[in-house]
This record gives sequence, C-alpha cells and structure tokens, in this order.
Amino acid sequence: MNTTIVTKRPRWQQQLRYKLQHGDRLWKLLLLLASISVVVLVLWIAWRLWDQSALSRHQFGWAFISPWAPSSWNPALDKFQAWPSIYGSLITSIIALLLAVPFSVGIAIFLAELAPPVLRAPLNYMVEMLAAVPSVVYGLWGIYVFLPLVVVPLGNALAATGGQLPLLGGLLKGPMPVSGLSRLGAALILTIMITPTIAAVSRDVLLAIPRSQREASLALGATQWETIWQVLIPYGLSGILGAVILGLGRAIGETMAVTMVIGNTTGGGNSILRPGYTMASIIANEFAEAVSDMHASALIEVGVVLFVVTLLLNALARWLVWSVNRKTMGS
Amino acid sequence: MQKDIFAQVDLPRVYRRRQLVNSVMLGLTGLFLVLAIIPLIWITVYVIIKGGHYINLDFFIHLPRPMGTSGGGVLQAIEGSFVMVIIASVIAIPPALLAAFYLVTAPNTPLATAVRFSTDLLAGIPSIVIGLFIYAIVVVTQKHYSALAGGIALSTIMLPVIIRSAEEMLKLVPRELREGALALGSPEWKAALRVMLPAAAEGILTGIMLSIARATGETAPLLFTALGNDNYEIGNMIRQGVRHHQSVLAILGQILDQPADALPLTLWKYAQQPYPERVQQAWAVALVLLLFVLTLNILARFWLSHRRRQLGE
Amino acid sequence: MTLTVKMETKELSVFYKSFQAIHAVSMPMYENKVTAIIGPSGCGKSTFLRALNRMNDLVPGSRVTGEVILDGGNIYDQGKDVVEVRRRVGMVFQRPNPFPMSIYDNVAFGPRLYGLRKKALLDELVEKSLRGAALWDEVKDKLSQSGMALSGGQQQRLCIARAIAIQPEVILMDEPASALDPVATLRIEELIGTMKQWFTIVIVTHNMQQAARISDYTAFLLMNEERAGELIEFSGTEALFTRPKDKRTEDYITGRFG
Ligand SMILES: Nc1ncnc2c1ncn2[C@@H]1O[C@H](COP(=O)(O)OP(=O)(O)OP(=O)(O)O)[C@@H](O)[C@H]1O
Ligand SMILES: [Mg+2]
Repeated sequence: MNTTIVTKRPRWQQQLRYKLQHGDRLWKLLLLLASISVVVLVLWIAWRLWDQSALSRHQFGWAFISPWAPSSWNPALDKFQAWPSIYGSLITSIIALLLAVPFSVGIAIFLAELAPPVLRAPLNYMVEMLAAVPSVVYGLWGIYVFLPLVVVPLGNALAATGGQLPLLGGLLKGPMPVSGLSRLGAALILTIMITPTIAAVSRDVLLAIPRSQREASLALGATQWETIWQVLIPYGLSGILGAVILGLGRAIGETMAVTMVIGNTTGGGNSILRPGYTMASIIANEFAEAVSDMHASALIEVGVVLFVVTLLLNALARWLVWSVNRKTMGS
Repeated sequence: MQKDIFAQVDLPRVYRRRQLVNSVMLGLTGLFLVLAIIPLIWITVYVIIKGGHYINLDFFIHLPRPMGTSGGGVLQAIEGSFVMVIIASVIAIPPALLAAFYLVTAPNTPLATAVRFSTDLLAGIPSIVIGLFIYAIVVVTQKHYSALAGGIALSTIMLPVIIRSAEEMLKLVPRELREGALALGSPEWKAALRVMLPAAAEGILTGIMLSIARATGETAPLLFTALGNDNYEIGNMIRQGVRHHQSVLAILGQILDQPADALPLTLWKYAQQPYPERVQQAWAVALVLLLFVLTLNILARFWLSHRRRQLGE
Repeated sequence: MTLTVKMETKELSVFYKSFQAIHAVSMPMYENKVTAIIGPSGCGKSTFLRALNRMNDLVPGSRVTGEVILDGGNIYDQGKDVVEVRRRVGMVFQRPNPFPMSIYDNVAFGPRLYGLRKKALLDELVEKSLRGAALWDEVKDKLSQSGMALSGGQQQRLCIARAIAIQPEVILMDEPASALDPVATLRIEELIGTMKQWFTIVIVTHNMQQAARISDYTAFLLMNEERAGELIEFSGTEALFTRPKDKRTEDYITGRFG
C-alpha cells in the first residue's frame, strides 16, 4: 500500500477505506473458516468413527475383517466378525459393476454420439431422473415388484443350471428364497441404481473429447463404431474409469434399497442366491437396536471400513486421472 | 511406395465385416439405453398407479392411526421432512457457498486442494456412515434423538453437493466481471456478493434445489438421528406452547428437540410391516416422494439448461 | 509426361441446411500434381475440400449436389462405401491431431482397420510411412512413445504419415502448416514436394507465397453475392500468379482485397 497517497485523502475517505478493508479481512476470514471447516469435518468424521470403534478394534483386532477368521456375528455372546457383511458388499458390488459397466458405456455412447438431436434432451433427462429416484423407492419397488417378478425366476433358473457347475456352483447354490430376498436381488437393484450414474459421467467424458479426434479417425476410413471404440473410449478412458469407480463407491455405500431386498442375515454362505448382509445394511439394520456397547462399537468399526474403502476409491480415482493425463499429454 | 500392400487382404470382405460390426454395435448401444429406461418407466408407472390408488386428503392432514387399522395419514412425516430439510439448508448453505467462493478466488492453494479432496470424499462417504457420525456427536451428547440431529445429518449430505455445484457455477462467471469490479476499487467481499453471486445465482439455486431433492429422499442418515416419531406435529406443539405461555424460542426448541419422522423413513418402516394398510400407505408415500424429487430435479435441470442456452454455451 | 485427371468435381455445390457454402464448382485435380485452393476466409475452401472425401457427411444438415469423380466414379453414388472413399482419399487437418497412443500405433491405426495384422507387414509399412513423412530419423528410437509428446511440426508430420499409411491415392490438406512455426512450415512444404511423386495432393492455404511455392495448379475461390463460394479461376500456378485472367484474381493476389 502506498501510505503517502492514503494520508493525503480526506478523513472520511480514509475511514471508509479502512472499513472496507476491514470488511475484506472479515470476508477472507469467513472464506477461510468455511473451507477449513470442510476439511476439519472430514477429519472429525474419521476420528470420531475411529475413536468410537476402539472397543471392538481392541477386542477383535485384524480378525474382524479377515476372510479367514471364523465368522461369527453374535450379539448375545458379544462376538463380532465382519467378513460376511464385507463379502456381501463385495459380491453384490462386483456383480452390479460387471453388469452395469457395459450398459452404462453403451448408453453413454448412444447419448453422446448417436442420439438424434430431438431425442437427446429427453433421453438425457430420463437418465438423470433414474439417478434421482430415492433409494427407498427402489427398495419398495424391489420388494413387491422386482423380486417376485424378476429375481425369483432368475434365481431359480440360475440354481437349476449354474448350481451344478464345478467352480461357480458354490456361488449359485440354491434354494432361492420364495420372497426373493437375496444377494442377487441386491446386486440387480444396485445395477439399476448405478447404471445412470456411470452412464451420465461417461457421457460427459465422451462429449468433452475434441472433435478433431473423431475427424482424424473418420478421415482414415474408420466406421463410427471403430472411431468410438478405438479412439474415443481410449481417449476418455481415465474419465470413464473414474465414472466406474464412482459407481463402485455408490454400490458399496448404498444402504436402503439393499437393506430392503438382501434379507439381512449373517448366514447364507457364499451363494449369491441366498440372503445376506452388506456393510451398509448391517449398520442400518442393527445399530438402532444394538444390544451392547461392544455391538455398537463393532457396527461403528464396520463404518470405519466403509470410510476407508471410500477413501481408497477416491484416492484411486485421483491417481488414475493423474497418471493417464500424464501419459496422454506427454511430458 | 509400394501400392499393393493391401492386396494381402480381401478388402471387400473386410468392408462387409466392419460395416456389420458397426451396425450391430451401434444398435446394441441403443438397445442398452432402452433396457435401462425400462426400470424408470416401470417404477414410475407402478408407483403412480399403486400410490395414486391409496392417496387421499386424509393422507396429508392426519397423523397415523394405530397399526392394523386403516385410515390416517402421514402428516408427521411431511412436517418432519420439511423441518429437517430446512434445518439442513440453514446449516449447509452458508458455509458451502463460502467454501465455493474460496475455491474460485484461491483455486490453487494447498487448502483449496484439501477442500476439493474433502468435498469429494464427503460426497462419497456412504450416508449411513454420516448417520453414525452424527449419532456419535449429537445424539450421544444430547442423550436423545431429535429433528435437529436429523437436520444436521442431512446438512452433511447437502454440503458437498452445494460446494461442487456452486464452485462450478461461480467458475462460469466471466473473470472480467470480477476483475472489473475490483479494478473499480470495490472490495473483495462486495465483488463477490454484489457481482459474482448475482451472476451465478440461478446456477447456485439449481444446485441447492438438487441438494434438497437429494436430502429429501435420504433415509439412512436419519435412522439413528431423527429415529421417527408418529406424533410429530408442529401445529400441536405450537398450540400446546401457546396454551402454556411459552416463548417463541421455547416452542422452536420443542420442534427441534423431539425425535422426528420423515417421508423416506416412514416409507421404509411401512414397507416392511405385515399390515396391508401400511404397505398401501408406503406406496402413497413413495408417490409423494417420487413426484417431489423428480419435479425438483426436472425444474432445476430445465432451468439450468435454459440458462446455459441464454449464456450461449 | 501425360497429364491424367485423378479427381474432378462437376457442378459441385454444398449446403449447410439452407445456406449454400459452395456454388457449382467444376475443376480437375491432376494425378501426381499439387493443386492449391486459395481464397479469402469463409469462401468455402475447407467446405470444398471436405466434400472431396465426404467428411461433410458428418455435419448434420449438410447436403451435396453435383459430382465428385474419382477415377471415373462418382464418390457420392448411391451404394458407394464412404469407408472406401476415405481410404482412397486421405486427409490432413489444420491442427495436428494425433491420437493419444504411441507413434507406432498412430501410424498403424489405419492399416489395422483394413485388416492388416501381420507384425512384419505393419512394421514395414510404419517405417515406410514415417520415412515418407520425413519423420523416421527423428522418431525411429522412440516408436512406443506417445504421439502427443512430439513437437507441433513433428505431430503434423506424424499425421501425414498416418494418412499415407493407408496408401491413399489422393491426399487433402487443409492449411496443414498454419499452426506451425516457419521452420516446421518449410519442412512440410518440402515434404509436399516429394510426396507428389506418389500422391495427388490438394491443399488449401491462406498463404499465397506458399501456394506459389509448392503447387502446380491453383484454384481461386470467392464468395458471390449470396456468400456462396464460386470458382473464379483455375489454371497453372505460374500462369495464375503472373497472368491472372480475371480482375478479381488479380485484386486478390496483389493484396488489394480480402
Ligand atoms: N458446419 C457448418 N455449418 C454451417 N455453416 C458452416 C459450417 N461450416 C462452415 N460453414 C459456413 O460455410 C462457409 C464456408 O466455410 P469454410 O470453413 O469452408 O471457409 P474457409 O474458406 O475454409 O474459411 P477459412 O479460410 O477461414 O478456413 C462459411 O460461411 C461458414 O460460416
Ligand atoms: Mg478453412
């Protein structure tokens, strides 16, 4: 600041200036506080969950999340081992992802590259709407419509055919519950729920690819599909993978719809045709009625696992974007 | 250059194969889209038919009847949702906007990077985990469930949604606008509030609308914060308060301090009860929820795309 | 040496929706010659060029009337395979647009599409194409590096290599050097001079000196009252620049307008 100029000004102007600067200082302080509080909030969540899960962590150690530890989830005996619910989260999310990714990418391609202009807006709306439907509504529809009409027949067919297979047989072992409440039901509902998310993000990725890439490929005589598959998809791969990771995060964290259709039991073996738990659904289903401090603490530790998974997925997404950018943009 | 290297391949056959692959794959993408839209239509139509069948005026103006009896409504859930979304908005909007302003005015500082990472993380943390956290810091401290705790939980859900969309919208404000204001000697805060905020206002508002739609549909964070309350009725609380000559603040306190119900919470509970009347009401709740959420979404997106077109993007 | 017409337009008009961008242009493009297209900005040079390998098909609402004859056949004929047209008529764009893949894969992209899979053949073709684009010596040790890591001029030569790898008969270039520095520009110009022994080249340029330096024939386009591009004059480059027949050509090349 040039003070000599300031002192030459009339007093009221100085005062005004001072006040305004004062306002700016307050403003900057507010911005800083708000920003810091966002960061602090995340740290606070992490610390709080960590702290509240101490009882369970000390009692069970790493065995809590180990696939090989004898599984038991017994509130009466205060013995808790979370693998069955972790397994439930993994298997349902993986199936959902395997089904949703081809669908989503196909939809993204159609919306970004093929849809005739008149159809584009309404179709985009529909995809966004699909992502906006509250998960309890999916759950309700799941219980009363989707399970009996789709999942039960499909599950029975799978049990009858795939159940006999040597390797996959264990995953497809029946019997399918008549209600349809099962990991398969949860996985299929998840597929429906994450498809629009992945599709919408992938579509934006495709739309952001410069036109010159399409022209370069088409001018070499590539068909539209070849252009999409060999040029556009590789070009947008990091973004599409980011979308897939986002979808995976959604699938793992999705609570209500899954809780409503998965049957909520710690048994169920490995078969996807049997009911089970996911990490999110076991918390939703048991926490309000946790019978002991240990039970509550164990459920919070499941929350810690969920938090860590989220953290890892976010880091992975960032790393992907960073590394692929580095690769394609040159040094 | 040798001209006949492609004599090695049967070009017409290659052409035919490629064209075939092309048509098949392009057709497949369209088919995928149709298949994905089927559930949307299925759900919407089913909910409208089922829900429309059981919806009536009582549904909106009465509290629930005891289980197993028919009639009654979900007034408590409507009011609870309303109260908690308002609490959430009041808590989340100011800091979210301030943080967004920070992100656009100091985009490359370490703090900005930290804020962006935290925002992404916050948006990714399962909402049930948010519920656990709010339980631990609010419910445990207060020693009881409350609308306030539910509202705080929802605000945590809304926060990252608003930060992201607001940052996006503020970034679209032309630099010259802000720099012009600053060059004229207007202080930073004035440039922000008088120039940038109005320029981005519609975009920010649509972001807030979307976050409200999202919060209204959330159940998981309310399970162990608001818990649910069949008798949550603001009118009664106010009447009682007036009768006992309580101050406005005391009445407000009552409203915030009681466990509260919410539409998605009611839907969740009713859906799993063995009483057909309750399941029917669950469909009706689903209809209300769906219409509300979809309407907000459509409005917000329509407004946004309209606005974008105006800006000539 | 006899002069053969490799490609020829007959009464070619191009429309974008209702706007006519090119009006009834008829001109030949001779085999193993460089034909330059000059004219003021917006007169439809790019549009004309893109009509020659049907790249305009990609613009929604665009329409073409008249004929583009390639070796006696109209490329707009019903049932004509656009993929085949584009293999025979390659294109290089104004801004270098390599794919985000290795240099090798960039060049091999086209041949692979056409069913060439054998590693030995591909290796040979990639080398030949990179040599043809005068890039081989600079990149032969880093073929697996990203094509995007090259300099602007190298990227443009990579795009040329990519275009000639499918062994087209005609190569269209739309201001291929306008985004490059003078040294890189010079290299591209030299390259065009050597390439014409293998290909028929049609090049759009803004730069009249460039047209004079590198081309054998020059076409001058200008928009008429409805802003549609018309062919004002077509002749040997030297004749056009020294003895223009049309007053408007003379005005343009002497810099009196545009
Ligand atoms: N995709 C399009 N849709 C509508 N009009 C277009 C399109 N592309 C070009 N035009 C119009 O056609 C006319 C000719 O454009 P073109 O790009 O062919 O000119 P040009 O001679 O190549 O110009 P420049 O020298 O600036 O590259 C212009 O008036 C332009 O506005
Ligand atoms: Mg041009």
